[in-house]
Amino acid sequence: MTTLPPTPARKLGLVIDLDTCVGCHACVISCKGWNTENYGAPLSDMDAYGESPEGTFLNRVHSFEVTRDAAPPMVVHFPKSCLHCDDAPCVTVCPTGASYKRAEDGIVLVNETDCIGCGLCAWACPYGAREMDGAEKVMKKCTLCVDRIYNENLPEQDREPACVRSCPAGARHFGDLGNPESAVSQLVAERGGFDLMPEQGTRPVNKYLPPRGRDTLQMPALASLCAPDTSAPTPARPAQGFLGWLDRALEKL
Amino acid sequence: MHPAPSLILFTVLSGMGFGLLVWLGLGLRAPTGLAAFILFGLGYALAGAGLIAAAFHLGHPERALKAFSQWRSSWLSREAVFSAATLALMAPHAAASVFWDRPLPLLGWLGAALALATIVATAMIYAQIRAVPRWHHWSTPPVFVLAALAGGALLAAQLTLALWLMLALGLAMAVHWVLGDQQFALARSDTGTATGLGRFGRVRLLEPPHSGRNYLLREMVHVVGRKHARKLRVIALVLGAVLPALALLLPAGYAVVGLALLAHIAGMLAQRWLFFAEAEHVVGLYYGKR
Repeated sequence: MTTLPPTPARKLGLVIDLDTCVGCHACVISCKGWNTENYGAPLSDMDAYGESPEGTFLNRVHSFEVTRDAAPPMVVHFPKSCLHCDDAPCVTVCPTGASYKRAEDGIVLVNETDCIGCGLCAWACPYGAREMDGAEKVMKKCTLCVDRIYNENLPEQDREPACVRSCPAGARHFGDLGNPESAVSQLVAERGGFDLMPEQGTRPVNKYLPPRGRDTLQMPALASLCAPDTSAPTPARPAQGFLGWLDRALEKL
Repeated sequence: MHPAPSLILFTVLSGMGFGLLVWLGLGLRAPTGLAAFILFGLGYALAGAGLIAAAFHLGHPERALKAFSQWRSSWLSREAVFSAATLALMAPHAAASVFWDRPLPLLGWLGAALALATIVATAMIYAQIRAVPRWHHWSTPPVFVLAALAGGALLAAQLTLALWLMLALGLAMAVHWVLGDQQFALARSDTGTATGLGRFGRVRLLEPPHSGRNYLLREMVHVVGRKHARKLRVIALVLGAVLPALALLLPAGYAVVGLALLAHIAGMLAQRWLFFAEAEHVVGLYYGKR
């Protein structure tokens, strides 16, 4: 059923510490590994050994640069996966009921045998958390490793999402964000955890912890000479075939 | 957003077909016999062809029947339900008009209402998506509804009605473009809010997560298509609405209506291309693109 459940009592989710993430991509690889070998369709790679390889990933690490007025610029590694939103727009748009949010713990999942691969849920997600698998043609997304966290065949210390388990910097925390007493909720309160794009009205469960203040030494004047050169964009390959003809015809108008 | 040819064809052709069925159902033109066969046939063919084109867009068309189940929450499901109900309810009205020269007005009106609901549902699939600010605006549904009704009136040879609807369509397209241009800024999403790092300073992407392409970039970050946006807007407005309206001022005839129809279809294909190509998804903010 693609209507959203009433606010779940437990809200399992992640807290990601942007202060300690070192951008090693271990979470990306362990996520791909676990979710290829276990629940659901494997995460495929297309043209893996060709000239333009690409693949399905449920977790990706972007790196941003923040230019500050009174301090040196900082580089922030930024892991991003499904935020398991309370008001998940991806769930309500699904025409088949394949997309759903669990009432018991708030995890947003896709029932792959019901998915028609229309892609509307990926359009509805502001965060780019959903990717259509290139081989299976069904929508893939972070399951919060639902097949690990309740899995009694695994040793106790492994019953957390693969990305959390593999993070060498301890930048990822897993827990119940619906319970204000939980360790993750305390961490969010203490460090001023925030939502991504709150203006989109999705009420994400996952929270991000801001980088701590670093050195605030006087900026050397040299820094202004190091501004990135944005003047020359990389030239795009000209379109081929019918679109290429259309492009040239419109150019001549 | 990626302008998929299947979606462009579907929204234009199917919209026109359902627009024609609205006028045939309302009985503004109540054809019988061969004329009814041709007109209803055209309406069903266009609506059906559009639905088939849309099915090609699916990853798993064999599961399409499941899409009828979630009408409580999903506009895409509502579109499926309304379109199927329109085609089913309109069938006795069409058959009675063709074979017994006797339209069934009650079923016709019901079918017309459902056909209109189908067009609105199609528009709402796009207008509901908050992550695409240009679409998430009241000016989106009027473009879809007026395009369908104007094209349908042209096919039904309701020439005076078509003339007024073409003018209204031109206005609706212009409003959608002009107001749409401001919507991304009004949505207040930028790289700062997307990363939550805006509080510290100016944020820019330093390294993307990978060197290649991915599904998100192909589907939702389509920058190339906007290259000729200004020219295509003029083409869409002139061919889609102005030229058909001018043609309809001429003395009526098959050549005039045919010309108006061809121009209108070409213009609407350009408009739909732009509708997708110009729409910026906020996920582009994570990739330093819009």
